[in-house]
Amino acid sequence: MNDKKPGKYVISRGLDQFFIGVSDAYRFTTRFFKELFKPPFYFRETVNQCFEIGLKALPLISVTGFIIGLVFTKQSRPSLEDFGATSWLPSLMGIAILRALGPLVTSLISAGKVGSSIGAELGSMKVTEQIDAMEVSAINPFKYLVVTRVLASLVTIPLLTFYCIVVGLLGSYVNVNMEEATGFIAYFKGAFSSIGFLDIITSLVKSLFFGFTIAIVGCYKGYNATSGTRGVGRAANQAVVLSMFLIFLEEMLIVQVVNWIRYF
Amino acid sequence: MTEDRKLDQDVMREPVIEIKGLYKSFGDLEVLKGVDFNLQKGQNIAVLGKSGTGKSVLIKIIVGLLKPDRGSVNVLGKEVNQLNAKELDALRLRVGFSFQNSALYDSMNVFQNLSFPLTMNFKKLSKAEVKDEVMDALEAVGLADKAKQMPAGLSGGQRKRIGIARTLILKPEIMLYDEPTSGLDPVTCTEINELIVEMQERYHTSAIVITHDLTCAKTTSQKVAMLIDGSFTKSENFEDLFDIEHPQIKSFYNYNFTK
Repeated sequence: MNDKKPGKYVISRGLDQFFIGVSDAYRFTTRFFKELFKPPFYFRETVNQCFEIGLKALPLISVTGFIIGLVFTKQSRPSLEDFGATSWLPSLMGIAILRALGPLVTSLISAGKVGSSIGAELGSMKVTEQIDAMEVSAINPFKYLVVTRVLASLVTIPLLTFYCIVVGLLGSYVNVNMEEATGFIAYFKGAFSSIGFLDIITSLVKSLFFGFTIAIVGCYKGYNATSGTRGVGRAANQAVVLSMFLIFLEEMLIVQVVNWIRYF
Repeated sequence: MTEDRKLDQDVMREPVIEIKGLYKSFGDLEVLKGVDFNLQKGQNIAVLGKSGTGKSVLIKIIVGLLKPDRGSVNVLGKEVNQLNAKELDALRLRVGFSFQNSALYDSMNVFQNLSFPLTMNFKKLSKAEVKDEVMDALEAVGLADKAKQMPAGLSGGQRKRIGIARTLILKPEIMLYDEPTSGLDPVTCTEINELIVEMQERYHTSAIVITHDLTCAKTTSQKVAMLIDGSFTKSENFEDLFDIEHPQIKSFYNYNFTK
């Protein structure tokens, strides 16, 4: 017996679901911007979320940023040594960490740590009807749960990114200092010599995009979780996978745009 | 036959909920098929029915958590489907909803669970007023000593009581109880039933009590209705309902009170 009803799907089940998902995500995102400027404003909850997000990711970003700066410098040294260009290491690391590594490392760690946590927390609230309970108590759960988290992420991720950049450069400095006894001021003078205003703005824009992506994806997946505890796990997992994928996509697009601005 | 499935309309009393021709389906599954229902002021009605017959769907439609496919839902003189977000919130403050699993906020302690809807909706209340309201509500459900406890540390019965207290703190005119005694032992069930009756007497609420538990239905409600195949049986007194010759009604009675 073929139980497939003709005309049940517009294209196919998978593609239909994909486009419905995209449309839902679009509506969820536009709702964020609509609710953002409408009162009431939950300032205290936003500040709480800033601490939650910042404190959750801070230890891991400190360690990872430092190690990446140190290891990246160590790995780049032999190639530069071949050309007798080790003096370029500080400026190379300055560019690499500020333009790419800092924003990427921060956002990927935050996607794992913060995105999954938001997805699981909201998912759990959804399946245990806590979100419905807010709604029937005349509290707008979207505003209280989603808007506050996305705003907190927009504030916190850029701060964490610049913190990661500083820690990464410190890691790199430690390696350079150990190998060549370069002084602190000399290293940072070299590191900042090749960095321009555009690089700083680009990092800021990237971290804002990444922060928004992490929080909105986590909230979207959690807010729409179904199927009990299994659904909560799936929401947390999908929040991480999807936000990481989108972060790489955004990285590629922003680099293309910035390079276009840089050379024209 | 269709008249049999409509609930009685008591013209002597003011209706607080009037539902006419309500339909709701999920995909191919039709859950509610032309439900007509009335709840009068000061009255409690127990709604019985097999799992999956749409009892919870019905009360979720009443508070606007779900949208019906068609039909009219009038609550306290407002047509729920035609309200904007602000109007719906104003109506929700007058209708309390007690969830099956209590739906307490995990991240907040008992005091915060109760103060949260108050502080969010009545920003002008002072801290002392909020504290008084919360402690009054906790005392009403006999759990004033649990104010600092987290929901995870409460028993099932205590969670239900706190859930009811959280709903009543907004002083609603209508209470919707979604399976208030499910998963509880007989002693706690009796306590919850007594609490529902006490709350009705104290706050003069009208209520819909969704339940599988006939003792709960009999104790808490003046009328009983059964949802079968997407529409209601005639609303009856407890004894009259079980005189109706219908296999599902008989099966309900026999399971709860083995003859």
